Amino acid sequence: MVILKRILFAFVLLFVVSGVVFFLMHSLPGDPILMWLGAEYNPALYAQLKAHYGLDKPLIQQYLIWLKNMLQGDLGKSLLSHTPILEEIMRRIPITLELILFAMIFSVALGMATGIFSALHRDRFIDHFSLSFTLFGISMPEFFFGAILMLFFALFWRVFPPSGYVNLSESWSANLHHMVMPALALGFPRSAVICRMMRSSLLEVFGKNYIRTAIAKGLRTQDVLLGHALKNAMITVVTVIGLQVGYLVGGSIIVEKLFVIPGIGSFGINAIVSRDYPGIQGFILVVAFFFVFSNFLVDLSYLYLDPRIRYGSRGRKQ
Amino acid sequence: MAVDTYRPIWRDLIASKKAMFGLAIIATLTITSIFAGSIAYQSPEKMDIVSTFHAPGTAFLLGTDNYGRDVLSRLIYGGRVSIIVGVGAAVLGVILGIPLGLFSGYFGGLADNIISRFLEVIMPFPTILIAILITFAAGASQWTVIVAIGIVLMPFFARLVRGNVYSIKENQFVEAARGVGSSHLRIVFVHILPHCGAPVIIMASLCVAFSILTEAALSFLGLGVPPPTPTWGGDLQAGIKYLEFAPWVTLSPGFAIMLSVLGFNLFGDGLRDALHTEQSFIY
Repeated sequence: MVILKRILFAFVLLFVVSGVVFFLMHSLPGDPILMWLGAEYNPALYAQLKAHYGLDKPLIQQYLIWLKNMLQGDLGKSLLSHTPILEEIMRRIPITLELILFAMIFSVALGMATGIFSALHRDRFIDHFSLSFTLFGISMPEFFFGAILMLFFALFWRVFPPSGYVNLSESWSANLHHMVMPALALGFPRSAVICRMMRSSLLEVFGKNYIRTAIAKGLRTQDVLLGHALKNAMITVVTVIGLQVGYLVGGSIIVEKLFVIPGIGSFGINAIVSRDYPGIQGFILVVAFFFVFSNFLVDLSYLYLDPRIRYGSRGRKQ
Repeated sequence: MAVDTYRPIWRDLIASKKAMFGLAIIATLTITSIFAGSIAYQSPEKMDIVSTFHAPGTAFLLGTDNYGRDVLSRLIYGGRVSIIVGVGAAVLGVILGIPLGLFSGYFGGLADNIISRFLEVIMPFPTILIAILITFAAGASQWTVIVAIGIVLMPFFARLVRGNVYSIKENQFVEAARGVGSSHLRIVFVHILPHCGAPVIIMASLCVAFSILTEAALSFLGLGVPPPTPTWGGDLQAGIKYLEFAPWVTLSPGFAIMLSVLGFNLFGDGLRDALHTEQSFIY
């Protein structure tokens, strides 16, 4: 029941986003056809092109046509390259997805490990050290960390290639080799956030009575941690991990530019710079879709972690 | 609550190494930005074809870039954009977010429900993407970048204030104010708002850090304040091509961004410790 409601909400959300994006794009100053024609402007050609792209119809009608096409999987053609946008996006999605996935794995692994370690050694030197380290992580822009990695690991020591992308189907080892630095650059600042959250959430759980009981009955630290504390502490951490997805998606745009990776982000930036409206719409829609989907996954994981939500009682915090 | 513990908070803040270190960075950044004209020993736009890619040394403290422009001078002027956008966007976020949060928290009901749902939906959306779209739609300039980031920050303040108002309005002094016939407007602004001061200031400090990061990212993508105005993000991006033989062109603005963001984060963090409140980072 809860799941159904969530799915419905996700669809409504996507619908709203698509509408907002469409009307925003079409209310912008600047006529893409005019810009595109440039010096070759003549009224007949202009009218013909306008009709060809359906831009002469009333806005509402344009929207309905666009919506209908979108539901049939047709996002229109790029004004720039004249190729179908969906095709272009489908080709690029796996690249960005791979980058985000690796960054996610890295940041969750590093963040949770340091967070747990910090919480277990509360107020010792190692805890203070890791806390100051997370401050650096939070203050570090992805592109600067990426540039440092590039300088040392690609240009000085030549461990990894400085930029570019190799398709997984061509060579998986080269693919991974190219992905290491971008994933680290994207994931590192996120790991700092996860580490802080993991630490504070775990410390809160450590203060609970059932943990005291567990310790009092003589369980070893790792049993208390794995059997009692971690799952309860994970609820807030999962929320934060879910929120990081937004930053990972945003950050992937930046990291793709830095490491010249032909993903969704570089497609979007290209579309924006050249005012390719159908391209921008497609880009935002894909990001929104990805985003709604990942939030949905986070909601599902709540159901697993917290039975109170599963059975529909009002146990969830506002 | 906050009023009678004013002095100790101040002392805690001064005693906090974190906060003072952050404040020192913020002060340095502010002073160099204000007096950029007299501190920078060269115009940030002065090109010199003879001395391109000078390594850092006595002639050019942080070296020169591909046009022979002095990196340090560009850094000092670039700081202006960062601090103006950083503080400006945070202030705008406060101005937009506080009324929304006050309104939604104080009156509750349907309006609150709609506002909260709306904020809940846009908050986790990639902030950089919203900022990109707004600057793109409005045309890139220092002011549109401020507006774009300010709008992105608005929900954070609205949510924060709403949450605080919810608990504050249950206090007896609010009931008393209502009893003596104060108007809603007076209750909200005179009796409730001052109690939101501390969390808002902490959040604002962290938001300045966030704005500086976002501005740098926009400039890095070439969608921020357009050239020839020097920006840290733009300079960093321009330097990437020459990273191998002139790393100072990239590293200097990178460190500048990191240090100033660190400064505001440290200050916000120290302030939070001094106030003994639990409030998480906005990231």
